[in-house]
Amino acid sequence: MQRFATRILLAATLGLQALTANAQQDQLRIFNWSDYVDPAVLEAFTRETGIKVVYDTFDQMETVETKLLAGKTGYDLVVVTASFLPRHIPLKLYQPLDRAKLDNLKHMWPEITGRLAKYDPGNVYAVNYMWGTTGIGYNVAKVRQRLGADAVIDSWSVLFDPARLAKLKDCGVHVLDATEEMFPAALRYLGLDPDSKKEADLRKAADLLAKIRPHIQKFHSSEYINALANGDICFAVGYSGDVLQARKRAREAKNGVEIAYSIPKEGALMWFDSFVIPADAGNKDAAYRFIDFVNRPEVAAKNSNFIQYASGNLAAQAQVDPEILKDPGIYPPPAVLARLYTITPYDEKTQKAVNRLWTRVKTGR
Amino acid sequence: MAVPRRLLRLFVVGPPLLWLGLFFLLPFAIVLRIALSDSAPALPPYAPHWEGWSRLGAFLAALDGETFAVILADSLYLDALLSSLRLAALATLLALLVGFPLAYAMASAPRRWQTALVVLVILPFWTSFLIRVYAWIAILRPEGVLNLVLLRLGVISEPLRILNTEAAVLIGLVYSYLPFMVLPVYAALERLDRSLIEAAADLGAPPLRRLLTVTIPLAKPGILAGAFLVFVPAVGEFVVPDLLGGPDTLMIGKVLWTDFFSNRDWPLASAVAVLLLLLLVGPILFFQRLAKGAAA
Repeated sequence: MQRFATRILLAATLGLQALTANAQQDQLRIFNWSDYVDPAVLEAFTRETGIKVVYDTFDQMETVETKLLAGKTGYDLVVVTASFLPRHIPLKLYQPLDRAKLDNLKHMWPEITGRLAKYDPGNVYAVNYMWGTTGIGYNVAKVRQRLGADAVIDSWSVLFDPARLAKLKDCGVHVLDATEEMFPAALRYLGLDPDSKKEADLRKAADLLAKIRPHIQKFHSSEYINALANGDICFAVGYSGDVLQARKRAREAKNGVEIAYSIPKEGALMWFDSFVIPADAGNKDAAYRFIDFVNRPEVAAKNSNFIQYASGNLAAQAQVDPEILKDPGIYPPPAVLARLYTITPYDEKTQKAVNRLWTRVKTGR
Repeated sequence: MAVPRRLLRLFVVGPPLLWLGLFFLLPFAIVLRIALSDSAPALPPYAPHWEGWSRLGAFLAALDGETFAVILADSLYLDALLSSLRLAALATLLALLVGFPLAYAMASAPRRWQTALVVLVILPFWTSFLIRVYAWIAILRPEGVLNLVLLRLGVISEPLRILNTEAAVLIGLVYSYLPFMVLPVYAALERLDRSLIEAAADLGAPPLRRLLTVTIPLAKPGILAGAFLVFVPAVGEFVVPDLLGGPDTLMIGKVLWTDFFSNRDWPLASAVAVLLLLLLVGPILFFQRLAKGAAA
């Protein structure tokens, strides 16, 4: 009797193992930002390959990083922001890519791939998906009302000149709660190297930020999307994609709010959302197939048209909607592109010092 | 067949002890171990000193309490802690001021309505906490429900700026934890012997005096339990200050988040958590002694 029970148990365990192994074989688990892929693309991928896609979403890069650092995420493919890569690569979090399996990389945009290489030397681990900038999102009517009908929002001075920002205080100003975005912008405005790690420079940036703090309603990295779209705030330092999403939401809501995005003429920081395969991914093969699939020019264009971001895929541009391709907030003209900058991450010690400065700026103590 | 008394006692006390050990002491030991580690660019991002009893000597030798020293040396943590304690205390007081009359009205309502009223208090829990806090953004924002109604009624001429201020955080905290105040106070008031109040009235005590000298002292255990259930979670609250607060709102939960996620300093964040817990043991013991006194 006992032996019989053991046998059943054994059979059940084996069956379960087989089942899970099988499920893993046909399943691709992706971890990405929400609304960051055309659902039709996922369906087409499953139809073509028979691989089921599990698409989990996050709303904050820190969440992803903490999961990756804790290990065993269970994901086969993750989209990470490039500025995190230099810290992650030495920890061997990712699988070096076998480029032979990624034939469609020949369609990539050399300009973007080249800039991404600053974070991932030799483009060993990451393949760019979408890219954009950190700039200024604003409510056209409310800002003009306060700064003058002919005011041009094309400079960081609107933010960093306390006299100008003070005029916008009453209609609401949000800035990103992210040191790696705000310090480089302040440094750039001061005419210093945005990538500076010198303590003296960083202090100057913090002093500048402290001066504008009284006019800032909130430091937050995502709330401005809704707040801009609802007309609750009139000025935000934010990611191009998020501001454009706010614009889209306001248009869809037909609430009379007109949002615009501007890349300051002093230059702005570029960001790159890129595919990486975790070192412990269970289904690396499926991950490769997916990366290659979304880099077919027509598929890359489909995604770009859906989420309205600039694709890192050059060949896709032929099929991207002209409206998106001509939008200088999404695909900046070459002269603006040349002024965009990238930064390298802070080392642990500098990071802590900068975070401490930032907390002082934010809380005013 | 008589079951040995001792076995019986073990059977009764065992499960709660096991629960406490498994879900409180063990996690606490893990957090403490991380707090006593060095932060490191590694996977996971800390280098533990504690490597088992056999290496106890090496552990004690390497023990420098560095993370705790950092916290004590930096006024940010003390400021954040004091600010959290202040906001939590204010929220508790406000929850009591709102919750007591509510509980009193519930306990005085006809018996057949009471179950329905209790259900109404619990009902908001059926919606996610996060969504309920988000709803407050829609109410408090400059062009939100509250401002529109007040403007329409002519009470104010300019929209009130409540969102992203400390007032919004207090509203959020009181709203979120109010049921934890109402339910124990209601339970105490509902059990209260009405004839005592009638006796006080017969002896000539006016309503306010009856409330202060009879009802409130008798409801004290419920009030204390409610205050305790509101105060302790409010101190460490993260969601409410994050969504409703502004740059001036400094709360320890947010500081802990920054250390854990932005600074990736797990040991420092764990040390903050350990200190927070130790600091809350004080109020917990205080409440317990008060409650014991009230019961006796």
